[in-house]
Amino acid sequence: MANISHTTEAVSTNLMARALREAFYAGLIALGLFVLFVGLKTDQNILNELVLVQRWGLLATFVALAMVGRFLAVAYVRPWLEARKAAKAAAPVVEREAGFVARNFNLLAIVALIAYPLVMVAVFGFQGSLKWVDNFGIQILIYVLLAWGLNIVVGLAGLLDLGYVAFYAVGAYSYALLSSYLGLSFWLLLPIAGVLAALWGTILGFPVLRLKGDYLAIVTLAFGEIIRLVLINWTEVTKGTFGISGIAKASVFGIWSFDISAANNFAKAFGLPMSSAYYKIFLFYLALALCMLAAFVTIRLRRMPIGRAWEALREDEIACRSLGINTVTTKLTAFATGAMFGGIAGSFFAVRQGFVSPESFVFLESAIILAIVVLGGMGSLVGIAVAATVMIGGTELLREMNFLKQIFGPDFTPELYRMLIFGLAMIVVMVWKPRGFVGSREPTAFLRERKSVSGSFTKEGHG
Amino acid sequence: MEYFVQQLVNGLTLGSIYGLIAIGYTMVYGIIGMVNFAHGDIFMLGGFAALIVYLILVGLFGGVPVALALFVMILIAMLMTGLWNWVIEKLAYRPLRGSFRLAPLITAIGMSIALSNFVQVTQGPRNKPVPPLVSSVYDIFGIAISLKQIIIVLVTAVLLTIFWYIVNHTPLGRAQRATEQDRKMAALLGIDVDKTISITFVMGAALAAVAGTMYLMYYGVIVFTDGFTPGVKAFTAAVLGGIGSLPGAVLGGLMIGLIESLWSAYFTIDYKDVATFSILAIVLIFKPSGILGRPEVEKV
Repeated sequence: MANISHTTEAVSTNLMARALREAFYAGLIALGLFVLFVGLKTDQNILNELVLVQRWGLLATFVALAMVGRFLAVAYVRPWLEARKAAKAAAPVVEREAGFVARNFNLLAIVALIAYPLVMVAVFGFQGSLKWVDNFGIQILIYVLLAWGLNIVVGLAGLLDLGYVAFYAVGAYSYALLSSYLGLSFWLLLPIAGVLAALWGTILGFPVLRLKGDYLAIVTLAFGEIIRLVLINWTEVTKGTFGISGIAKASVFGIWSFDISAANNFAKAFGLPMSSAYYKIFLFYLALALCMLAAFVTIRLRRMPIGRAWEALREDEIACRSLGINTVTTKLTAFATGAMFGGIAGSFFAVRQGFVSPESFVFLESAIILAIVVLGGMGSLVGIAVAATVMIGGTELLREMNFLKQIFGPDFTPELYRMLIFGLAMIVVMVWKPRGFVGSREPTAFLRERKSVSGSFTKEGHG
Repeated sequence: MEYFVQQLVNGLTLGSIYGLIAIGYTMVYGIIGMVNFAHGDIFMLGGFAALIVYLILVGLFGGVPVALALFVMILIAMLMTGLWNWVIEKLAYRPLRGSFRLAPLITAIGMSIALSNFVQVTQGPRNKPVPPLVSSVYDIFGIAISLKQIIIVLVTAVLLTIFWYIVNHTPLGRAQRATEQDRKMAALLGIDVDKTISITFVMGAALAAVAGTMYLMYYGVIVFTDGFTPGVKAFTAAVLGGIGSLPGAVLGGLMIGLIESLWSAYFTIDYKDVATFSILAIVLIFKPSGILGRPEVEKV
């Protein structure tokens, strides 16, 4: 008995010693990493010369954080995780019946989304709901639409596209230019923008048919950059970096308008008090409808021969070709369909902002959309929607964290840390769940019963 | 003619910088088959490290001989970014090794966003100008060649030679090539694969740091977003030359540098990047695995 307690004691002192040692190393590494970048700051003095400002206190904080973090990780978190893992392995596997929420998740989510603007209006009033409907609701829905579009290319067909934002830009500028030069309406231009983007998707698709993996990635990235550079430099048409402003608003199928001066103004027609909230709420439902359309098309396409061909192409191109699937049309349709949704999202973006400029179509946007697709679990529509909500909503929430100002002083601007935290979150989520939020896969084609398998069994994607 | 040669010299200088960054991409790709998207930001980090070291030197000693200053800047920048890339590989890429193809790409993109914003937060979003370190210009047969350009091309050539020697004639290089060919077999033969991969990341980062220092010296200004464009160009260069091939990376870098400077000289400067990217697309249509890349053999 005494012997046993002696050993556990030895183990725990051993562990403590190791934790302390590792904490020391972590502190040393952190010191090395941050000594130049945190310890010193380059600033301009009155003569416009660069001078160094010393911030040793901040550096000490960084190093201390690294040490404490490492110590806790080695001494407490890791043994706890291992103990939990062992307990899990020891416990018998219990088949758990999916709960009510899990079974009806899709239905509940759609109902919640339909109710969302009304709830916001009820809670915050018309003026107060603007922020919640516009910055959170519409913003997230745009990203969901974009990610679902890219999902067809990356998640279903397995073609890595780093320039998806190009189609978003094509859609946005199609609407902006055609409505301001020709005065066409939103409802006419929405499908036109989709078709134009699909056309560009096919044009991009042709040269990259033979390329694979990372070669494909760089050419699509290059294509995205080319479109953006043309938008910046072709000033006669696109007005360059100034962008196009004063883009016409959408109307409710031409029956009611949201222009304040128009005779058929929505608020006037219903005798409501003037507010910009109606337009935002209308846009919210429009975005929701477009998302539902994208989801419907994706779900139906996956059950059609073309969808099966995409998934086959993703898993094994050679097997696909030897089974007589035409890889050229398969790839081109994937690009075109994905691009079409990008274009539709783009024209919606233009009508929502009322302003487009090349600034909105940088590579970072492509990266964010791709990250959402991968973090969501490649191919899983629900996972992607969850990822978009967490990533976009989460970083958007940082703008609201004004209470942090009270903690860190008035100079503290949480917005500045938005993208830093976004980048770190991408890494943490990916390391924590490499297969994305929805890790299990449901096959599209199955014999008798549909069984979910772990994502690790498929090459990539969902199905 | 003189104008043409002048542009050739400018293109060569630019191409050397791209080539140095491209090697980092191509080595990492060769050894673990992943596109290290954060590499451009490692380059930017190297430039910032050099800038801060320069300011420390000026602050401590007043004037320092330029050659010595450059040497210290390069050395510390190399150590600094080497350490950064070592930590990054350990934290963000190693846990995902053996995971599916896109996972490390996403963490690399996340790392790229995080790094540039880290520098923005800690060093401020403004442009950081430095007084010209080296300003002499020589006139050789009517062509103006600045000392800066000579230094850049020379440093690049020396580093590439050292590098080529390491990869081809040292035990470390042999371990790297073995790991590149077959990671499992290399491990079975007693090569410490993890360490080899770590060293590859450190080497790539060190070369990027040199490129960053050269960039700072050449343009005299650096800002936290500077990682993106040179990074993408260098990635383009690596792919153009055939990703995974070291001579290809250098060749690709030089080609991109030349295309850029010649296009700006004879056509409009606005579309120089469009020209670069279009040429990339055209080359890849005819040679889908780059100029010097081995065509991928698919085994069934």
